[in-house]
Amino acid sequence: MYALVDCNNFYASCERVFNPSLRNKPIAILSNNDGCVIARSDEAKTLGLPMGAPAFKHKKFFEDHNIQVFSSNYPLYGDMSSRVMSILMQFTPDMEVYSIDEAFLQFKGFDNYNFKDYGTQIRKRILKWTGIPTCVGIAPTKALSKVANKIARKFPDETRGVYVIDSDKKRIKALKWLKIEDVWGIGRALQKRLKQKHINTAYQFTELSDEWVRKNFSITEWRLKKDLEGIPTLQLDEIASKKAIATTRSFEYTFSDIDNIKERVSTFATSCAEKLRKQKSSCHVILITLSSDTHRKEQPQHRASRMIKLPFATDSSLVISTEAVKSVNTIFKKGIKYKRAGVIVMGLVPTFNHQLHLFQHENPKHKPLMDTIDKLNTKYGDYKLKLANQDLKRTWKMRQERLSPRYTTNINEILKVK
Amino acid sequence: MIRHINKTLTFFTPDFSEHSETVFFDTGISAGFPSPAEDFKEERLSLDNILVKNKLATFYARVSGQSMIDAGLDDNDLLVIDRSLEPAHNRIAVCFLDGEFTVKRLRVEKDGVWLQPENPNYEPIQITEENDFVIWGIVTNVIKKV
Repeated sequence: MYALVDCNNFYASCERVFNPSLRNKPIAILSNNDGCVIARSDEAKTLGLPMGAPAFKHKKFFEDHNIQVFSSNYPLYGDMSSRVMSILMQFTPDMEVYSIDEAFLQFKGFDNYNFKDYGTQIRKRILKWTGIPTCVGIAPTKALSKVANKIARKFPDETRGVYVIDSDKKRIKALKWLKIEDVWGIGRALQKRLKQKHINTAYQFTELSDEWVRKNFSITEWRLKKDLEGIPTLQLDEIASKKAIATTRSFEYTFSDIDNIKERVSTFATSCAEKLRKQKSSCHVILITLSSDTHRKEQPQHRASRMIKLPFATDSSLVISTEAVKSVNTIFKKGIKYKRAGVIVMGLVPTFNHQLHLFQHENPKHKPLMDTIDKLNTKYGDYKLKLANQDLKRTWKMRQERLSPRYTTNINEILKVK
Repeated sequence: MIRHINKTLTFFTPDFSEHSETVFFDTGISAGFPSPAEDFKEERLSLDNILVKNKLATFYARVSGQSMIDAGLDDNDLLVIDRSLEPAHNRIAVCFLDGEFTVKRLRVEKDGVWLQPENPNYEPIQITEENDFVIWGIVTNVIKKV
């Protein structure tokens, strides 16, 4: 059996743990730089606040509906997430952390367990220890556990946050209820094609013949179909394991000058390289994106990206930054006011056993240099050491006007009790 | 521990992400007299282990005010709070009461639950249906600067 444990409105729930007066109130969490809405409480969803809504356009909406707005407090969310995940590990040795707020658990050899009870125990322990409400879906396969989780979330009164699909009758009932667009792993393009064939529910999808699915789609969809039929085909850690690191941000102002943009891109590239070194990975591919302010429709728009394939895997700030800055030249367009840029590194491999290239490889001096830079920056903080193409005067600050305290990671910001 | 499962073999990769606080004796591999300390290796004391029984459920808060001074909780003291413990009569708890966090001793009486301050200048508070009340966690230790 598999379980999918998903935290309800995780960011909003984290804020509520340390500020219980926010219970039952609409909450919105903004992205880095307070750009747009990235998380909403149920109450905010009910009010019709859309996901991704740009904050500056919704100021009045927030005020009119008394929505509590927060900057994203990643130190807090990260710490609460790691508590939740560690608690989950107490319930099974086989687990896959799927995202910051959800995880798959596999139960091998738990034959005599009452899974409804076990799921309830999981839910209760997380709620009691961390204050975070969750939903638990349990089923014979990964894809079905995702379906069961959806049911638990949708019908809190009937399920009390835990739903188990443990019979074919329940499975078919669930799949008939689930719309095709809500099936995990079915993308938009695929939905369209299925709908043209009048496939509207997950159940109808499983009724298609194996041959037809394999011929018309790919092996991934065929495996998903098997999983939905109750035949375990997807293993832990198989779908969408995170294989990229990204630093993308909106700028404080719009930039139409290429040097400003190069500086930002270099800083983002350096930050990606640093994250790579922290997790001891190197990358083969760098993706650069530039975008104008898409919310200002009256201005000329431009979005572009460029992918660079490196001849060798690297974690060097120098290499990643140089390549990233070079590619800005190729996609930059004059006369555009750019608002956003991103550097994404992909094709990650472990730094210590990656494939070497026969003719090209990294300058061996980079490694000790990077080690030294990391050490000094950790010691002195605030990125004292930078590359010369980064702005030396400026310390890039995120706009975080509505940041809640870092209750669990900074001693000066812990709760105060009278 | 990360498991990589194959049809026939199961591989284990050790997880080094958590430090164990074991003392390392660098006694070398000389063939001479073995260090007599070797057999008496013990873990170095760690306040974290002594004060925190359940680190996943432990949070910290700072005392503000005088209402619990007779229980040894002075203004600005650091509280260790364990959310996994069950609230019970006489335990000191951090509670959320009508929009504010407060630390008081719990008293479960026939007429209901009371929050008992430990300072004669403060009045006990009876919890009623009208209160917005949550027991947030149980205080296990208090750390003070001297």
